[in-house]
Amino acid sequence: MSGVRVLVGTRKGAFIIMGDGKRDRWDVQGPLFPGWEVYHLKGSPADPNRIYASQSTGWFGQLIQRSNDGGANWTPVGNEFAYEGVAGTHQWYDGTAHPWEFKRVWHLEPALDDPDTVYAGVEDAALFRSTDGGTSWHELAGLRQHGSGAQWQPGAGGMCLHTIVLDPSRPQRMFIAISAAGVFRTDDGGATWHAMNRGLRSEGALPDPEADVGHCVHRIALHPSRPDVLYMQKHWDVMRSDDGGGAWSEVSGNLPSDFGFPIEVHAHEPETIYVVPIKSDSEHYPPEGKLRVYRSRTGGNHWEALTDGLPQENCFVNVLRDAMAVDRLEPCGIYFGTTGGQVYASADEGDHWTPIVRDLPAVLSVEVQSLP
Amino acid sequence: MTVDEAPRRSAARGGSGAVVRVRVVLPEHLRTLADVHGEVVLEVPEPPTIGSALAALEGRHPVLRGTILEHATRRRRAFVRFFADGRDLSHVAMETELPEAVTRGDEPFVVVGAMAGG
Repeated sequence: MSGVRVLVGTRKGAFIIMGDGKRDRWDVQGPLFPGWEVYHLKGSPADPNRIYASQSTGWFGQLIQRSNDGGANWTPVGNEFAYEGVAGTHQWYDGTAHPWEFKRVWHLEPALDDPDTVYAGVEDAALFRSTDGGTSWHELAGLRQHGSGAQWQPGAGGMCLHTIVLDPSRPQRMFIAISAAGVFRTDDGGATWHAMNRGLRSEGALPDPEADVGHCVHRIALHPSRPDVLYMQKHWDVMRSDDGGGAWSEVSGNLPSDFGFPIEVHAHEPETIYVVPIKSDSEHYPPEGKLRVYRSRTGGNHWEALTDGLPQENCFVNVLRDAMAVDRLEPCGIYFGTTGGQVYASADEGDHWTPIVRDLPAVLSVEVQSLP
Repeated sequence: MTVDEAPRRSAARGGSGAVVRVRVVLPEHLRTLADVHGEVVLEVPEPPTIGSALAALEGRHPVLRGTILEHATRRRRAFVRFFADGRDLSHVAMETELPEAVTRGDEPFVVVGAMAGG
């Protein structure tokens, strides 16, 4: 491996941070798209030079940018996200029916085998696909037309489809997560979808805490070698499924708080997972002002705090759901960004951390490409 | 100030009907996006309206589609404003003709990002 490329989306632009193979020297490039919110950038697994970025503002709406050269040059591509057919309604915060309205793209997920195919998770929650490199977008409307769609309602951040997980062993299977509806799975390439929320409990948030839909799932992740094992950071609770989302069980164990946003899986150890505990749904900062990543080497339940190099007093930043990622080097590197503008990296599986940049705008997303 | 085409107050072209040259000022973010410097000068069929000027703008710079007017509804985006000749034209119909001063080329049609913080 010759190095890593860290793709950072922030409230006011994007940054690309190049690291050498040792991951101890960093070159920060940017801002790209200055002044715009960049919710997410992600590179194609099939062609690391192909990168997609979601760029938006409240003034001028949504743009999608594409790079064919590893982020050196960018071209705006298609930005029309039209819901298929009659858009219909979902629940609004006050319980009334609210028409589906496109607001922004939260997450871009390039296909595993084709750089021109990319999925977009949007607010109001829907899934779009492009097969021409982002030039045109078409809704996979079977998801929104799931029988429960009219009952979905926004979480505090809006009703967003924020997570898209592709199953490397079954090309027709993918998982998505919506706040606040839950996890859905397709086994036919996106035509039909099934709610996969059995075992989730949302006490106090839902009249039926074990309802089929309505859960505020914050993120899900899997390891490509074991795609039936899913990990979830829910609004509250860290969860695990061993049957492709068919049933979930709680693995929060000894975490100081089981509220949080991101969850990641070690690149080489499918039972090693990482979360960043946050105090509560209203106090979006680490417990005790100590920024701690927690690692479990047992797929949950038993967690150890990783603190070396992270601020252990007076730290009140948040780490958002798409703002953590791992590289594929040996040993595995892990990265996360904060709402205070720091991006921290560990080149040794989380044992030691270093801020690779300190003063960016609030970080919305972090992705890492391991470069040959 | 540089423009992406030398302005003329008006012109008529044979065959396809009369057109008016309309000067348009874009906010910085949209100039960057469209890769233009200074004003944009558009040929707009007579009589030029807000809607026809914006359609000409999108025709010249397709990357601006969806950034000023919403794709599906063709409504002005909530935090975009239109000013011309000292007037706020944000809330009038798209079919409204542009002011004389804009048609004559004395004043530009100005697209503004509203003061909305952020």
